[in-house]
Amino acid sequence: MIVKMPFMPVKFNLQKRVKLAQGLWMIYWLSVIVGILIFSLGIFFKIELRKRSEMMDSNESHLVPNLLILVGLMACGLNAFGGKVCHDSLDPMKFAKWKPMLRSYLLLCCGFNGLLLLTAVLCFLMQFAVYLTLAEGLKNSIKFYKDTDTPGRCFMKRTLDMTQIEFRCCGNNNFRDWFEVQWISNRYLDMSNDLVKDRVLSNVEGKYLMDSVPFSCCNPGSPRPCIQHHLTNNSAHYDYDHRIEELNIWTRGCREALFSYFSSMMNSIGMLILATIILEVRLHPQHTTMEDPENPECESDGWLLEKGVKETFGELFSKMKILGKKNQVDEGGDAEATT
Amino acid sequence: MAVGKLTFTKAEREKLAEFLWLLNWISVLTGAILFGLGLFLKVEIQKRQEVMLEQGILYVPHMLITTGLVACAINFLGGKICLDCTDTNKFLRWKMVMMPYVVCTLVFTACVLAGAVMCYSISSQLEEALFLGLRNAMRYYKDTDTPGRCYLKKTLDLLQIQFQCCGNSGYRDWFQVQWVSSRYLDMNNSSVRDRLRSNVDRKYLMDGVPFSCCSTASPRPCIQQRLSDRSAHFNFDRQSQQLNLWRRGCRSALMEHYTQILQSIGLTVLLIWLFELLVLTGVRYLQTAMENVIRLGDPDSESEGWILENSLAETARSNFNIIKNLGKCYQGDDDDPNINIPSAATERELPSRCAHIPETS
Repeated sequence: MIVKMPFMPVKFNLQKRVKLAQGLWMIYWLSVIVGILIFSLGIFFKIELRKRSEMMDSNESHLVPNLLILVGLMACGLNAFGGKVCHDSLDPMKFAKWKPMLRSYLLLCCGFNGLLLLTAVLCFLMQFAVYLTLAEGLKNSIKFYKDTDTPGRCFMKRTLDMTQIEFRCCGNNNFRDWFEVQWISNRYLDMSNDLVKDRVLSNVEGKYLMDSVPFSCCNPGSPRPCIQHHLTNNSAHYDYDHRIEELNIWTRGCREALFSYFSSMMNSIGMLILATIILEVRLHPQHTTMEDPENPECESDGWLLEKGVKETFGELFSKMKILGKKNQVDEGGDAEATT
Repeated sequence: MAVGKLTFTKAEREKLAEFLWLLNWISVLTGAILFGLGLFLKVEIQKRQEVMLEQGILYVPHMLITTGLVACAINFLGGKICLDCTDTNKFLRWKMVMMPYVVCTLVFTACVLAGAVMCYSISSQLEEALFLGLRNAMRYYKDTDTPGRCYLKKTLDLLQIQFQCCGNSGYRDWFQVQWVSSRYLDMNNSSVRDRLRSNVDRKYLMDGVPFSCCSTASPRPCIQQRLSDRSAHFNFDRQSQQLNLWRRGCRSALMEHYTQILQSIGLTVLLIWLFELLVLTGVRYLQTAMENVIRLGDPDSESEGWILENSLAETARSNFNIIKNLGKCYQGDDDDPNINIPSAATERELPSRCAHIPETS
């Protein structure tokens, strides 16, 4: 006869049970606070994405912040319920009404842990999507910088200027991106001027290109007044060598700057969720000890899993197989019925 | 004729003592808030110390910090005293301390009021400090190689970007200082030499502004050079001019910022003062009521409490007499102390003269 050995059994008397219940109650309320934290981080992340959505062509995916908000709310609800049950578990009368719900609550918690794991994985993986969206969005932002009279794009200049000032960056990859687009609108170009005409005719697309950058690329920490125009022409400025000059304008690209900002945010949120998973996984198995308080004075057994690990998984697997076979039989029955 | 006379039963006295105990603990909290506000103001002023010539503005936050700490200490003691006042026996311990405690509370409540008034009255001094500080900052903008001034350029640029302002009163202030260092001027260039010779101080003045004056709201790329000559730029109409640079001067921008902070701090301190006044009144009533109970001898009887035992004029007169007599006491001793051996008669006289000080409590 195979004796069913529980996984990690521990003996509990009344004293230990009370202490365990109190400890669990505290941990449940700690988890509620962590749930609130995750919820607010989700909202913060959503707001940040909204703020920078112009830089991302309004194309950014809000999957991760929405999932965080959902998970935060679920964590609050589940853990508050768990805390209440824990609080009542020492009183057999009160506990009796919660007893039937416990099994399904534990299953729900397992599902919730799975969702947490998914969210954590997404937090780390979605950074690639953010990077690609940023690259595309910034390219377009720079292209539409001059269109301050086109409805829908009139604030692009202001947003891009403020982003470059705030994140201390210039251009998409670096400042040379500004050399490839016309960032001065034709409204402000004197087309009767020969110099302007030459420059416009000098390239295939008829764009007014120059080796200059907007003022928002300027670095306030530079010891000399900002040089924005004729950046690659050393002779245009006294005592200037564009190959050595590092402090004049920001050398970092805005894609890298924005990506590092978002990625550090997503990494820390991911770490927090992993920590939450560890906290949750530690909590729930100890709950099985609360299942049998009918005789409060005697010792009772507590365990992590009712049967051994192999047996539990074996049972789970066979249950799934039976379910699968049932569906097959039903299908077979249907197929027979239709013929 | 006592001022504000009220009668207290034993139960009322105990209730008053308990209520005051609670109020004293809340006062400890408000004292901490006062301390925090003083600290915050100090930090805010010191953040911009490079564009503000001090001129003693820091005495306001220092006053608030000291008053906050004193408030915490006095009210902590007060809480303990008030708790003991519920019991007449325990009150006897504190009998001697009560009067000095009430006087100290009066003094520090006056300090809180002074702090609040100072918050409102400091604005003209602040404006002067900002005017001088910004003027110097603009003068030394170009001195990025002089130790002690090398970060002034960065500070001023970041200030203009953050507060969306340009210059002291407006952007034209930049036309009057040389903000390009001579290190970056080509002295061999004739136009540079002409410009230097064109003014008495040999300064390189131009009608241009630094990049930090550029407005992000402008629809056209920023025009920083040759601002007085509208024809130098294509299509530089009135509207473009208005939106091109920040219109506000940094002095008024910073004044607005600090006035907001000072007004909210001043309002909070005034509210704290009113609260402290309430506590002071309560403590005074409790003190007089408890002393009268002890005088009557029966701990369970009713007693009277007041703010002043006699009318205001009489109290002022008697306090003045005390101070005069104190002065006379010391004067009597000064008469030839080395020659005059005080006789028994004079010894008896002096103490009795001093003892004629009427008992006021």
